[in-house]
Amino acid sequence: MSKKPRLTPQQRARRRFLNSVLLSAGVAGASLLGFVPVLAGRLDRRVRPPGAMRESEFLSACIKCGQCVQVCPVEAIKLADLTDGFGVGVPHIEPREQACDFSCDGLQCVLACPTGALIHEIAFPSQVDAGVAKVVAPAKCLAVQGKGFRGLARGPAFKGKLRYAEIDRWHPQPVAEHPYDLELCDLCVRQCPIEIQIADCAKEDEKKRAQMGLVAKRQPGECPPRHAIELRPIDQGDGVKRMKPVILEGCVGCGVCEMICPVEPSVIVIDSSESREKSRGMRT
Amino acid sequence: MSSVVESIRVLLGGDPKRIPKSEMPDEVRELHARKFSDKERIEAIRIELAEKKAKKAPEKKRRLRWAVLLAVNLLFVLSYHLDIQLLEGALTASRFAGFHMADLNSALQVMLAFKHVVINLLIGTSTVFVLWWLLGGRTFCSWVCPYHLVAEWAEMLHLKLREKGLAKDIQFDRRARAWLWALFAVLAFVTGYTVFETISPTGILSRALIYGPGVALVWVGLILLFEIFFSRRAWCRYACPIGLTYGFVGATSPFRVHYKLPNCFHEGECRKVCLVPHVLDTVLKGKAAAMEVDIGADCTRCLRCVDACPTGALTFRYKGLEKLL
Repeated sequence: MSKKPRLTPQQRARRRFLNSVLLSAGVAGASLLGFVPVLAGRLDRRVRPPGAMRESEFLSACIKCGQCVQVCPVEAIKLADLTDGFGVGVPHIEPREQACDFSCDGLQCVLACPTGALIHEIAFPSQVDAGVAKVVAPAKCLAVQGKGFRGLARGPAFKGKLRYAEIDRWHPQPVAEHPYDLELCDLCVRQCPIEIQIADCAKEDEKKRAQMGLVAKRQPGECPPRHAIELRPIDQGDGVKRMKPVILEGCVGCGVCEMICPVEPSVIVIDSSESREKSRGMRT
Repeated sequence: MSSVVESIRVLLGGDPKRIPKSEMPDEVRELHARKFSDKERIEAIRIELAEKKAKKAPEKKRRLRWAVLLAVNLLFVLSYHLDIQLLEGALTASRFAGFHMADLNSALQVMLAFKHVVINLLIGTSTVFVLWWLLGGRTFCSWVCPYHLVAEWAEMLHLKLREKGLAKDIQFDRRARAWLWALFAVLAFVTGYTVFETISPTGILSRALIYGPGVALVWVGLILLFEIFFSRRAWCRYACPIGLTYGFVGATSPFRVHYKLPNCFHEGECRKVCLVPHVLDTVLKGKAAAMEVDIGADCTRCLRCVDACPTGALTFRYKGLEKLL
């Protein structure tokens, strides 16, 4: 090794100062790389948990602790990796793997959030604004083809869970343990939590009216005011009974239809782009 | 009061102030002067120290500290995976038995970026502020932060490699940490993103332990490699704003490492193990300005110096409590 020239104290101090500026710049620079995935729009299509405000505010308000992850009974919520840049540790949902089926009823993730990144004003599934379902490949839809469905919606290896209230109201069941036998496939409508809730409310109203002639008093939003999805008959003139799924005003983007669709890839997917751009965290 | 100001000045990267001998109290000046006249005692200490080095005694307080650190982090992991729900969340924010807790630096980042504080966050932040004020501020670093633990292991490797000349220890200006603290505060406010959280090894490691590993660990690995080969404990010493935040909290904390000049024979063992040796400037020969000195805010209360000191000059104390007991 060649002998280094001895530095004067001033030179050494200057070198240390410059090194320190470099170190600080390096650390700050590394952190600012987190901008890249944000600016590249990598995060724009993320489906966020119920109550999430629009993307820019959500990323700033989230403290990256994962308490929402921990309370979710179907484990729908995942935290992002460093590849999400500033979005590292921020929760999102991949509906095809595990949708939010509101098994918790009371939006536990919202209650768990310590910073209000999931806004606390939201209380019911019908107020959620996670996105909207879109029928992206209608020709592949079994109902459009007039086909039924028999067997496991997503195969035996699928890990996702759903609330099958008729089996167990309180514990979500694996989809892989719940075979279907349908004359015409209507899984997206049949399993839609909003539609199920509307039906439950109607049943309850009916019961109350029959028993006491009363109308159930409810908070606004407790029963979904609008339908989310329905099957409409279509006629192709061949005598085959066909239906097509139509997404309605009441869709909150929970993603159950995307998860349950037996066609690969899913005929219905959640489009969160508008919600991520504009959402105030809830529907009014 | 002036000692708190001085303590914060050193915390921000200033060099410790040294009082000229003429301004020291007489007894202190005398003690400094006659300290080394007792040649026999000095020789005895030297021999004892050599023996100690020959057969290394376990660092008991360090083991205890590691056990506490692992226990706290394990509690997070078990709370989630066994659904005990005792300590939910991660180190950035959590709920202990239902009570909100928020890491002060993470909360600061969120408040600056979001510009809106919900009551839960305020409760969590206040609780944690009081907790760490009581416990010593940077105590968080050495007793809880998971990065501190892996950095300690990396440091052991670094020291071995340095003996063999395979690693170097670049010293940086300690003010870098204060610059970065201010820079990250400004970045959070201006960009509206919690920029520091992106690279915080504390948050990354805590989440990796609880929710599973990911690519983010590569960044933590890179910092560790830098520390192993180029600069001892660089992240904690020169960069981490979390440490500075907790340093402010601990500036007036009653929990202190405590230095007794009469017991000290200036072997310098404490400064060799210390993460922040500038806080131990007072133990240098002839520098202590009083018979007893409380160590400053940047001290992480890791207590390694207490274990290392061969003459019992360094202890820890809880101000106010000793009078009660």
